[in-house]
Amino acid sequence: MESVIAILPLLIKMAVIVAVLLLLPMPLTWLERKIAGHIQQRPGPMRVGWHGVLQPVADAIKLLTKEDHIPAEADRLLFKIAPIVALVPPFVVFVAIPFGEPVQMFGTEVTLSLSNMNVGLLFILAVSGIGVFGIILAGWASNSKYAVLGSLRSIAQMISYEIPMGFSVIGVVMLAGSMNLFDIVARQDGLWNIVYQPIGFFVFFVAGLAEAQRIPFDLPEAEGDLGAGYHTEYSGIRFSFFMLAEYLVVVVLAILNVILFFGGWQGTPPLVNPILWFFLKVGFFIWVFMWFRFTFPRYRYDQLMTIGWKVLLPLSLVNILVSGFFMF
Amino acid sequence: MEEEFFLLLAVVATATGLLVVVAKNPIHSALALVACFVQVAALFILLGSPFLAVIQIFVYVGAVMVLFLFVIMMLDVQKEAKTRFLTPGAVPSLIVLLLLAGEMLFLLLQSDRLQTFRAASPPDQTQTPADISELSLLLFQDYLLPFEVASVILLVALVGAVVLAQADPEDNTHTSGEEAK
Repeated sequence: MESVIAILPLLIKMAVIVAVLLLLPMPLTWLERKIAGHIQQRPGPMRVGWHGVLQPVADAIKLLTKEDHIPAEADRLLFKIAPIVALVPPFVVFVAIPFGEPVQMFGTEVTLSLSNMNVGLLFILAVSGIGVFGIILAGWASNSKYAVLGSLRSIAQMISYEIPMGFSVIGVVMLAGSMNLFDIVARQDGLWNIVYQPIGFFVFFVAGLAEAQRIPFDLPEAEGDLGAGYHTEYSGIRFSFFMLAEYLVVVVLAILNVILFFGGWQGTPPLVNPILWFFLKVGFFIWVFMWFRFTFPRYRYDQLMTIGWKVLLPLSLVNILVSGFFMF
Repeated sequence: MEEEFFLLLAVVATATGLLVVVAKNPIHSALALVACFVQVAALFILLGSPFLAVIQIFVYVGAVMVLFLFVIMMLDVQKEAKTRFLTPGAVPSLIVLLLLAGEMLFLLLQSDRLQTFRAASPPDQTQTPADISELSLLLFQDYLLPFEVASVILLVALVGAVVLAQADPEDNTHTSGEEAK
C-alpha cells in the first residue's frame, strides 16, 4: 500500500499529461484552420458553434465513424500497428520535459515533470528520432507506391535533419554544462540562450520544422506529387492517430524551443504565474509554426537535402566551434 | 521488483532476437531487431546507466535500424520473403550448430568462473549513475588515443564509401540517353 501512495503523485501527473495531450490537437486543429483562414483573408470554419469552435468535435465524430479501411494487399498486422507506433514517441518525450519550478500542493512539494533525468535532452532527441518508425511502417505496410515514396522521403529527411538538430543544441549544453533540462533553464536566469546562441537557435528551429515535416519541409506528404504521402491508404481513426502524432510533435518542438533558447519559465513579468508564462511562450511558438505553414512554399527535394547537409550542418559545426572559443 | 523487470525484458529480448532469425519477411526481422534493441536499452536503465541506454536508442534504433529499413524497402523483398528459413540442404549445418551450442553450454556450466561470478555480491546499486562529465573525462584524457584512432577509422570508412559510390567518369554505361546528348 505504501508503495502505491509513493507513486500516486506520479500516476496523477501521468494521467493529467496524457489527457491533456490527447485533447490538445482539437483546439490546435481549430487554431490552424482559423490562422490559415485569416492569413488567406477568409474567416475559416464558422458553422459549428461560435466562430466554428466546435468544428474539431464534428471532425472527431466524422473520423471515428468513418470506415477503417485496410487495403487488400497490405501487411495487415503492420498496417494496424503503424499508427500506434507513430503515436507513442511524442507521448514518451513528455517523460523528460519539465514545466516549471516545483510547486507546493496539498502540503507537499510537487515537481512539474515526470522524471528529472541527467540525460534529459539526449533522451528527448533519441525518442523523437524513433518517431520515424511509424511512418516507415505505414508506408511499407500500405503496399502502395505513393505511400512507399512518401515514407522513403521521410526517412531520408529525418535522418538528414536529426544531425544538425543534435549539433545545434550542443552550444546550449556547453553553456549550461549539463543535459538536464532543469539546469538548462536555471542557467538562463539572466539572459536567455537566444542571445548567446542565435545560430544554434536558427539551426534548431529550421531542423525542427523539417523533423515535424511541416511546410516548407513537408515533402513526405506533398499532396501535389504523392497523393497524401505515407498515410495515403489510411482512413478514419487510424488516420487521425497520425494527425495526432504530428500535432504533438509540433507541441514538443515549441516546448523545446522555449526551454533551450527562450528561458523556459525564466524572465517572468510581474503578476504572471511562471508556469502560465511558460505556456504562453509555447503557444507563441505553436502559432509561429502555423504562421509559417501558410507563408512559405514547399522546397524541392534536392533543395531540402542541400539545406540540410550543405547549410545547416556546417553552420551548426561552426556554432559549436565559435561557442567553444567564446567560453574558454 | 527489479528482478521481475529484468525477467520481462530478458524474455522479450530473447523472443524478439529469435524472431529476427525465423521471420520470413526481412522487414519483420528488422522490426524485431528494433524491439530487441529497445529491450537492451531498458536493461541498461535497470543497471543504472541511463546515458548508455539513451545512446543505444539514439544510435542503434534511431540511426542504424532506420538505415537498415531504408535499404530493405528499396529492395524487392517479395522473392526473399518466399524462401523458407530452413531449406532441406541446411540440415547438416543445423546439426553442427546444435552441437556447438551444446558444447558451449557444457563449457559454461563446467567453468569455475561461473561459480565465482555467482558467489560475488551484486554491484552497489546506491552509487549515483555515471555522469556525462566523468565519461567525457575518460574519453578525452585516459583513452584519448584509442578514441581518436576510432574516429579516424570511421572517417576513412566514410571516404571509402563515398569513393565506391561515386560513378566512374570514364564509365559511360550509367549515363542515360538524354544525358549523353
